[in-house]
Amino acid sequence: MTLVLESVTKRFGHFFAVKDLSLKIPKGEIFGFLGANGAGKTTSFRMILGLLDSSEGKITWDGSKLDYSTSSLIGYLPEERGLYPKLKVSEQIIYLASLRGMKKSESVPELRKWLDFFEVPEYFDRKVEDLSKGNQQKIQFIAAIIHKPKLLIGTTIVFSSHRMEHVEELCESLCILRKGKVVVYGALKDIKRSFGKKNIILHTDFDCAFLQTNPNVVGYRPTAFGAELQIANETDAEQILKEVVGKGLVRKFALEEPSLHDIFIETVGEKYE
Amino acid sequence: MNKFWLVAMHTFLTKFKSKQFLITTGIMLLLAFGLTSIPKIEKVFDKKVDHTIGVISTEADFKQLEVIMKDNKEINTLIAFSTEEECKQAIKDKTIRGYVLFGLANEQYTATFKTSSIADESQINAIQNAITAINTNYQMKKLDIPAEKLAKIYAPIPFEKVSLEKNAKSQDELNQARGLVYILLFVIYISVLMYSSMIATEVASEKSSRIMEILVSSVPPVQQMFAKILGIAILSMTQIALLFGLGFSRLKQSMSGAMGDFLGFEKVPTSTFVYAAIFVLLGYLLFATMSALLGSLVSRIEDVQQMIMPMTTIVIAGFMISMVGLSNPSSSFITFMSFIPFFTPMIMFLRVGLLTIPFWQIAISIGLLIGTIVVLGVFGARVYKGGVLMYGKSSSFKDIRKALQLSKKE
Repeated sequence: MTLVLESVTKRFGHFFAVKDLSLKIPKGEIFGFLGANGAGKTTSFRMILGLLDSSEGKITWDGSKLDYSTSSLIGYLPEERGLYPKLKVSEQIIYLASLRGMKKSESVPELRKWLDFFEVPEYFDRKVEDLSKGNQQKIQFIAAIIHKPKLLIGTTIVFSSHRMEHVEELCESLCILRKGKVVVYGALKDIKRSFGKKNIILHTDFDCAFLQTNPNVVGYRPTAFGAELQIANETDAEQILKEVVGKGLVRKFALEEPSLHDIFIETVGEKYE
Repeated sequence: MNKFWLVAMHTFLTKFKSKQFLITTGIMLLLAFGLTSIPKIEKVFDKKVDHTIGVISTEADFKQLEVIMKDNKEINTLIAFSTEEECKQAIKDKTIRGYVLFGLANEQYTATFKTSSIADESQINAIQNAITAINTNYQMKKLDIPAEKLAKIYAPIPFEKVSLEKNAKSQDELNQARGLVYILLFVIYISVLMYSSMIATEVASEKSSRIMEILVSSVPPVQQMFAKILGIAILSMTQIALLFGLGFSRLKQSMSGAMGDFLGFEKVPTSTFVYAAIFVLLGYLLFATMSALLGSLVSRIEDVQQMIMPMTTIVIAGFMISMVGLSNPSSSFITFMSFIPFFTPMIMFLRVGLLTIPFWQIAISIGLLIGTIVVLGVFGARVYKGGVLMYGKSSSFKDIRKALQLSKKE
């Protein structure tokens, strides 16, 4: 049960929304799918969900094409809330579950189970518009997973998020899109290791501003405790350490992997929020 | 149940159970109940004093007037008085509505009608006509015209209307059909306008609440679109059936006389009702498809009205033309218009209801209409497929191109 995208391209007239996208997401893995606005994330999703036809390439799930006959395998949790505001939670979930091929006799106990899990059993008969945003999100989540989808939570997640820290915590692998093209793709560890640039976290009792002029320092950011430096090569760290020794008390000198945020900014080269 | 029916039934049930539907249907039923009760209500408020006037004249003149007015709808009770003072008192006591003084003066009848309130024009006409008749009678007698000659003078001339076209309906039939056709035209107009725009609102609200994103991931957009059209169709049939059920049963029991004649239910052939049903259905399908297409292009409910404006204009234009056609259904303009698919539901129905037209004409117009529905359905489905994926402020027809591009392979 692997989701495979093979050289998927989507053209709108002369414009390439997605160009030559190839991915492989194995069963049970949480995959991060990153990109700035307009990078082609939504278009890719829509092609995976079968809402848009790809201009070229193939998308397969477990070897066969994904379409509406397999929609019961897919759970979709949109970024924005997407529910009928005027409907009761129960009506809503029963309807949405029925569209994923679930009978009422199956969806009602499952819904009650989830409402109990979230400790909000009284919402069963409540209208969605009367719930708080956070609680609506719970209902949205239930709507996405009530039919036990194979593609989403539990087995494999396609994760669309601007929030890097979540991605870093959750995803084993990821892919960064820029103007429809893949710029970074692989396991998170490998991506970080091969990124080249490293960060040095400095906590000192003296002013570190003099390091700004150091030729090995490619990025400098003062912090409350000292500074954060970016260096092009791991080996440059040694030279920096020599520089600060003897200037005063060094509380912390740490060589760190770049954050996903750094990688994103570097590769996409623009603000993502 | 497959997804198509799930969506159709969901569309129907959520609308059916909504407060909005219950309230509109309630108001409609009340209105129908009220309208059909008008004759009864009128009777309750109809007081005898409204049809009673006082008369100051000679006894002979009074008797003549009484005979003439006996069966008049406006004034049918006369009370003889000898002085104006008595009359004024009677008005205060509410036994009469006004009084008339009339009699001969210089070989000519003159009359004065006095009321405390401004009287009904038709009442004044009634009394004036009656006294004119008395005067004519008097003058004729003076001329010494024999009775049979008098009868000839007064007799209404035989006046016949003969249509030169073989298949034309007689004037009598036409008059009877006109009332009902008018009402059915109105039903077509309202239902096409109301129910088809409901689709656009439904689609736009699903887009604005973003539920559409989830729906399109589980049900193909085209299936959704036609399921919605069916769902609203079931809703409209429910509403119309309720309304007509009540309307007809009330009309049957309470309406004899003027309004019943106007509608002429008994004499209208069943085919008129069958055609009305066919044209309501086809008209709805045509405009519902268009409405779904347009609704899929907007993402906010506020933009719906603006977007479907061209469509509503067409429906209103069709209704206007059919109102004109009501008085002149056989004109070549109306004939021409009845073949234009967007106007066919109303105007061809008007012709079918009022004239006897060859069946091939009906068949061609229905064929054209169905053809247009199919073309619009295929085209609409493609726009819809792309349209539901589009979000943004814009709400113009340029978006149709964008939507079509989205639904294409490239």
